[in-house]
Amino acid sequence: MTVYYTKDHEWIRVEGDTATVGITDFAQGQLGDVVFVEVPETGRQVAKGGEAAVVESVKAASDVYSPVSGKVVEGNQALVDDPALANSDPEGEGWFFRLRLSDPAEVEGLMDSDEYKAFCDSQ
Amino acid sequence: MSDTERTLPLDGWHRGLGARMVPFAGYHMPIQYEGILAEHRWARESAGLFDVSHMGQLLIAGAEAEKGLEALLPADLRILKEGRPKYSLLLTEDGGIVDDLMVTRRGEHFYMVVNGATKEGDIDYLREGLPRTVVVDHMKEQALLALQGPKAVDALARLVSEVADLTFMTAGAFSLAGVTAWISRSGYTGEDGFEISVPASSVEAIATLLLDQPEVKPIGLGARDSLRLEAGLPLYGHDLDPATTPVEADLVFALSKRRREEGGFRGWHRIARELAEGPIRKRVGLAVEGRQPVREGALVVDAEGSEVGKVTSGGFSPTLEAPIAMAYVPLAHAAVGTAVSLGHRGKIFTGRVVPMPFVPHRYHRKGAPK
Repeated sequence: MTVYYTKDHEWIRVEGDTATVGITDFAQGQLGDVVFVEVPETGRQVAKGGEAAVVESVKAASDVYSPVSGKVVEGNQALVDDPALANSDPEGEGWFFRLRLSDPAEVEGLMDSDEYKAFCDSQ
Repeated sequence: MSDTERTLPLDGWHRGLGARMVPFAGYHMPIQYEGILAEHRWARESAGLFDVSHMGQLLIAGAEAEKGLEALLPADLRILKEGRPKYSLLLTEDGGIVDDLMVTRRGEHFYMVVNGATKEGDIDYLREGLPRTVVVDHMKEQALLALQGPKAVDALARLVSEVADLTFMTAGAFSLAGVTAWISRSGYTGEDGFEISVPASSVEAIATLLLDQPEVKPIGLGARDSLRLEAGLPLYGHDLDPATTPVEADLVFALSKRRREEGGFRGWHRIARELAEGPIRKRVGLAVEGRQPVREGALVVDAEGSEVGKVTSGGFSPTLEAPIAMAYVPLAHAAVGTAVSLGHRGKIFTGRVVPMPFVPHRYHRKGAPK
């Protein structure tokens, strides 16, 4: 199991050919209080870098992009029902969706946790 | 972040409190401290301290000041008593809104507070429009604080006992921590509260003293916006602009009775026509179904999908825990209860026209129990 990060501040935890996606702690801190989340429906095909979910804070609306291509196997209904989970546990209970990877090699271009930390420090 | 923004007297104080600073109105301003929702709720339940020193504080002086201002503003200044702030507008010849403001008679002169992003243009407008004998002084040496919330009076009266005797929309000069402060019982949240003008050289000591009161926490621009939206108060540059008239904006209360009848201020011809015949469109409040906020720029569409209006402010109401918005809609769609469709982020939302304020005002009006 490996966790990767994107420059758009998503994380992706890969287990075999499936993965879980969410927004990072840095992202939730920048967004502020999350009041609305929309997750993709099961079966939807998402593209690497394509819009997959929506997160809205009191201040602003943001798109959540899929770090890799794949087919959605589950959206997090608990997060839809309680959007504040994206603030309180962004890299745990506040996950957005799970997907089956179309091309596992796509994760190779993503950042590991050290690279992502350095990226955030430079922001 | 660009470096063209200027700093305000409390810049370091905000940063020391852990504020997140953003560029706003040409300054570095605090958007939040602990979080917008928590700050919003604190201001509704206790007392919030806002730094609004970016706003323009002007002194307008001269024997012809009253007459000169009446040629510009739709306010009845002739009957405006000392120490009674009055909400008014700067207008174009065509009745469009150049800015909204508060004007108070203060002895021989008028004290005016205008929006931060528009103050330079307002000063030019006033200097060009007023007689040459009238002097417009931009009080750059003054800072401005707002203390807002049901417990604001408890906190401030501990330092200046006389403020407990002020009622909504009254003001005076008081001694606060050894300096003269101009304090009015007014604000931009819908709550009871005060606006406090003090010398910039003393503002840090006064802000610290206010924050030392147990009722008080600092509140950023984020909650200021959600609070004023719930209170149904328009924000210049969003809900008001030079293409919008006071009648369209539902600000007829700012047009004093004598001035409405007699005219003699900029934009009167269009405004008089709209008062008589009704405006084409009107600012209304919308309650939006679901949880997703509909924001500024969303389209109001009719049954055929044609654009008939626009959302000018929108967000999530922390008090109602639901999305709310202000929009301009044709008069035919402006009645309370009218269903509207809104296009935003590629989706259609359903809303209905509701009365404003969304959250009731709790001002300390004259005659109300203490």
